[in-house]
Amino acid sequence: MIRLENIERTFQVGDEQVYALRQINLTVRVGEYLSIMGPSGSGKSTLLNILGLLDRPDKGVYHLDGRDATHLDDRPQAELRRHKIGFIFQFFHLIPRLTATENVELPLTLAGVAPAERKQRVMAALAELGLADRARHRPDQLSGGQRQRVAIARATIMRPALILADEPTGNLDRASGQEVIQTIEALNAQGMTIVMVTHDPELGGRTRRQVRMNDGRIAHDSGADDEK
Amino acid sequence: MTGALRTTAGPMMKSNDVVRFCFGSLAGYPLRTGLMLLAMSIGVAAVVLLTALGEGARRYVTQQFSSMGTHLLIVLPGRSETVGGPPPLLGQTPRDLTVEDAQALTRSSAVRRVAPIMVGSAPVAYGNRTREAVILGSTAQMYAVRDLTMAQGRFIPEGDIRRAEAVCVLGHKLKAELFGADAPLGRFVRIGQRRFRVIGVLTRKGQSLSVDISDVAIIPVASATALFNRSSLFRIMVQAQGREAIPRARQAILQILRERHEGEDDVTVITQDALLATFDRIFKALTLAVGGIAAISLGVAGILIMNVMLIAVSQRTGEIGLLKAVGAPGRQISRLFFSEAAMLSMVGAMLGLLIALAGQWVLVRLFPEFPISAPLWAPIAAVGVALGTGLLFSVLPARRAARMDPVMALSRR
Ligand SMILES: Nc1ncnc2c1ncn2[C@@H]1O[C@H](COP(=O)(O)OP(=O)(O)O)[C@@H](O)[C@H]1O
Ligand SMILES: [Mg+2]
Repeated sequence: MIRLENIERTFQVGDEQVYALRQINLTVRVGEYLSIMGPSGSGKSTLLNILGLLDRPDKGVYHLDGRDATHLDDRPQAELRRHKIGFIFQFFHLIPRLTATENVELPLTLAGVAPAERKQRVMAALAELGLADRARHRPDQLSGGQRQRVAIARATIMRPALILADEPTGNLDRASGQEVIQTIEALNAQGMTIVMVTHDPELGGRTRRQVRMNDGRIAHDSGADDEK
Repeated sequence: MTGALRTTAGPMMKSNDVVRFCFGSLAGYPLRTGLMLLAMSIGVAAVVLLTALGEGARRYVTQQFSSMGTHLLIVLPGRSETVGGPPPLLGQTPRDLTVEDAQALTRSSAVRRVAPIMVGSAPVAYGNRTREAVILGSTAQMYAVRDLTMAQGRFIPEGDIRRAEAVCVLGHKLKAELFGADAPLGRFVRIGQRRFRVIGVLTRKGQSLSVDISDVAIIPVASATALFNRSSLFRIMVQAQGREAIPRARQAILQILRERHEGEDDVTVITQDALLATFDRIFKALTLAVGGIAAISLGVAGILIMNVMLIAVSQRTGEIGLLKAVGAPGRQISRLFFSEAAMLSMVGAMLGLLIALAGQWVLVRLFPEFPISAPLWAPIAAVGVALGTGLLFSVLPARRAARMDPVMALSRR
């Protein structure tokens, strides 16, 4: 599904070049459940952003679904994000003025799906995540765990093949974090490929494959052997 | 796959949804939305109301001119250098116009009536009340020429123009001030050192071109000559036989007076139509100028919109980043912001029109005699300019939103 070859990403900070990613080689197959761990500033978020086509590498090639996604224009890039990729963020990024339903509905609305079909799909998604009775609530009327589940419903409403989660439990208490992780694992069970950045070694330990980053490099990859 | 994706028509968000989304975000920031609506609507209302006032002033002046009488020519002593220009306000008068000059004008077949006008000022007294008033010396002809109407009694009678009959006609305000509720007809008033019998009172006709005829006393021109001890006229008012006779009348007047003044062209003839046309032009220009100034306020509103939209873009960074993450291309995002500005200016313009209507309603009630009404082009132009500026000034914010780096946008929480 994903193949990264010699990816590099540098940032210009003042006069200095900061290497966020160096020589990243990574292959992720369809249906994998993968965690990325490592100290703060080691390049985990940058890697996830590149995978999600929100950022471009300075060097290297990114293959998504067998095609070169490194130098796409804005439009096809957006198209891929809309249909293939779902994002889950540490800070949820729900739009405060919209209800849970409207937040989940947003990708469908932007894609021009008819209102009747939208309603039906959103209701089903909310019900599946146990949020049916929260449909009309706005984010500030929801708990952290509920917000993250609304965000997950939004990330999956387009049935993407790839879910990218950047510290999805980083802003939650243990219990809500557990719920969220179970939700994500259920998605994986349905066949979605999951790449999850986490700080929590316990959560990282639950994934089938673990990637450890350090200083912009992949320091350890538990699945590297079966790649070749 | 690449090919397949490229040929897919881009995402088409339904226009209903665009409107709902934009309405939501406008309603989500009521203060900034309110401010922009205020600026926009004030701009539109200003354009419409100010042009309505200008247009009202133009109509008012036109009305005043026509209430002066019809097919009028005015003969002034002294020569104006520019043909058809305004009368010479200053400058020497080489030769006076006299009552005989006025009488001579009746020779022309193009002329229907001639009214000599002499003007002076004198105290008018009845009993122990005295008012300083404008005294007009004229003839019976003035009644028809100036299109006057009587409230009581009659006007100066026809008769020998040289007879200094001691009768007078009072304007209604002067009558009210001197007589109060008393009946004035047949009473005697003292004008200067002479006694005049009141034979008539004019109706309340209001002001007609600088001379307030409600505040005058009109006496026979021979009486005025004696009263002021001079024979020079202020002007001669001539009524032509008809509208088409005006140019002929003008030529005749100039020729007759040239003969009488030893070949000198030393009078100015103003036709009512020419004056009217001049005033009309002046007021149209004025209306345009005032409307233009108001349109600048719309431009200012546009800049305000740009400013506030820019703030909105930076306020809503997270939202923009999220829209990108869930697959909105830059174009779509700029279209959303653009639509938002369009909706704002549209609603602002409509509010402005409502304010303008309300303002007009109030003005019409406050000044019922003043014919206020906006020309048709004013609201159309105002709304057009409002929409134009709204859209023009949201180009920059919309582009900024579209080009925002999603990673940066999402990293701020
Ligand atoms: N926009 C940026 N500008 C400058 N430096 C950046 C930027 N984004 C990330 N970095 C730097 O790149 C490195 C990796 O950052 P990041 O991927 O956010 O790390 P992590 O998510 O593992 O904590 C850090 O040193 C960070 O300071
Ligand atoms: Mg990070």
